[in-house]
Amino acid sequence: MGFFSFLDRKHTLAAPGYSRWLIPPAALCVHLCIGQAYAFSVFNLPMSRLIGISQSAPDDWKLTELGWIFSLAIFFLGASAALLGRWVEEGGPRRAMFTAALCWAGGFLVSALGIYLHTLWIIYLGYGVLGGFGLGIGYISPVSTLIRWFPDRPGMATGMAIMGFGGGAFIASPLSVWLMGKFSTSTHVGVAETFIVMGAIYFCFMMVGAAIVRVPPEGWAPAGYVAPAQSTRLITTQNVYVYHALKTPQFWLIWWILCLNVTAGIGVLGQASAMSQEMFRGQVTAVAASGFVGLFSLFNMAGRFVWSSTSDYIGRRNTYFVFFALGTVLYALVPHTGAIGSVAMFVFCYAVIFSMYGGGFATVPAYLRDMFGTRYVGAIHGLLLTAWAMAGIFGPVLVNYIREYNITHGVAAAQAYNTTMYVMAALLVIGFLCNFFVSGVHERHHMRALEADAEVEAAPVFGRQ
Amino acid sequence: MAGDQQTRASGNGVKLVLAWGFVGIPLAWGVVQTLLNAIKAFQ
Repeated sequence: MGFFSFLDRKHTLAAPGYSRWLIPPAALCVHLCIGQAYAFSVFNLPMSRLIGISQSAPDDWKLTELGWIFSLAIFFLGASAALLGRWVEEGGPRRAMFTAALCWAGGFLVSALGIYLHTLWIIYLGYGVLGGFGLGIGYISPVSTLIRWFPDRPGMATGMAIMGFGGGAFIASPLSVWLMGKFSTSTHVGVAETFIVMGAIYFCFMMVGAAIVRVPPEGWAPAGYVAPAQSTRLITTQNVYVYHALKTPQFWLIWWILCLNVTAGIGVLGQASAMSQEMFRGQVTAVAASGFVGLFSLFNMAGRFVWSSTSDYIGRRNTYFVFFALGTVLYALVPHTGAIGSVAMFVFCYAVIFSMYGGGFATVPAYLRDMFGTRYVGAIHGLLLTAWAMAGIFGPVLVNYIREYNITHGVAAAQAYNTTMYVMAALLVIGFLCNFFVSGVHERHHMRALEADAEVEAAPVFGRQ
Repeated sequence: MAGDQQTRASGNGVKLVLAWGFVGIPLAWGVVQTLLNAIKAFQ
């Protein structure tokens, strides 16, 4: 294992004078790559006509079968982040980034083989399972490192990385289309070659991140920053062991806060295009609707940075109060925008809603840091991402079923989303209440120095036998 | 000593420009592409 010793935490210790501003680009190298997941849908249509080329042949894969690739990847994102969080935390960011790069790029290469052999389960295994592990490990890999380098602005630091996850699709989408254009011929769609090239590009890009990343020396603090000596009601100076966090009400309250915020956002995210066209029939064309979706994605990305940075000044709990209070008003306003036919107001409401959807993802690592300390924040964040996986099921199901129910009961298409919006607003009220009940973690859950070392030694860790 | 610090600072400056350019340029390209598409859709 000597060859891989450069991946160890001790070999990533920063030398004196190392600039902490090199850490956000290292994190972005990973998050911009794995953010491709949001753009996977650009492959769906080309993959549904690998045999028929110009149109789907009977032996071609169906869109419903292809939809499972993305769902599997998101499921394994949540599962791997939850299962491997502690392994990531204790092995250090470089080992995690390297592993994420291998899984992510490997997922593309295995999927290319699946395309070549026209065998769908190989793609499920490649992009879905292997790529999903790359997503999960990559997503949490820089979180605690960023928080340690930026104790004065943890929200802004993690917001920058998680903004990259939102922004990855902006690069991947045009890049994929361009590559498929280059590799396609009259008898060939060019998806397999695109996967190979993208896998190679992503591997190199993520390895740059792994090479740059460093952990700060023990006790390091930025110039002029004095760490608070005492915990305050909502920001602890202590640490909570990763699995002990699960026994605290705070973990589960924040789990529901994330789940409800994401459920509301993700539910309407996939329907934004159809919703705008049905609510403003004759005013919004399909092309304009796709423009709106692009615009909303930009707000989703920008919100990750803006809201998480704001949380450093107004506090994490107050930031979520804003998300839930303002979100409730805006969701409740959306049906009114349809009633008065105001497209501009609809776009405004949705733009702010999506900025808060992204902001919810980006602010939560710093919220966890405030509650549970820095030592296991990455691993605890990994466990919390199961809320995302759950919301990924709840949100679209709620929106689709409520709409379907309304349509079958004679509600006009333009008003079919009204109930959905009110249900989403109600979910945000519940989220507001969860946030209201968040207070400091009881000191009986705090780690003591000796106990911490004993627990770490006693507990089994993946790959540490 | 002061010379050492100056060399380290300028070295860091180059690394920062390279690192931020490495991630910033592709991201800016992607954002511009998305904005252009959005503008086209509104026209």
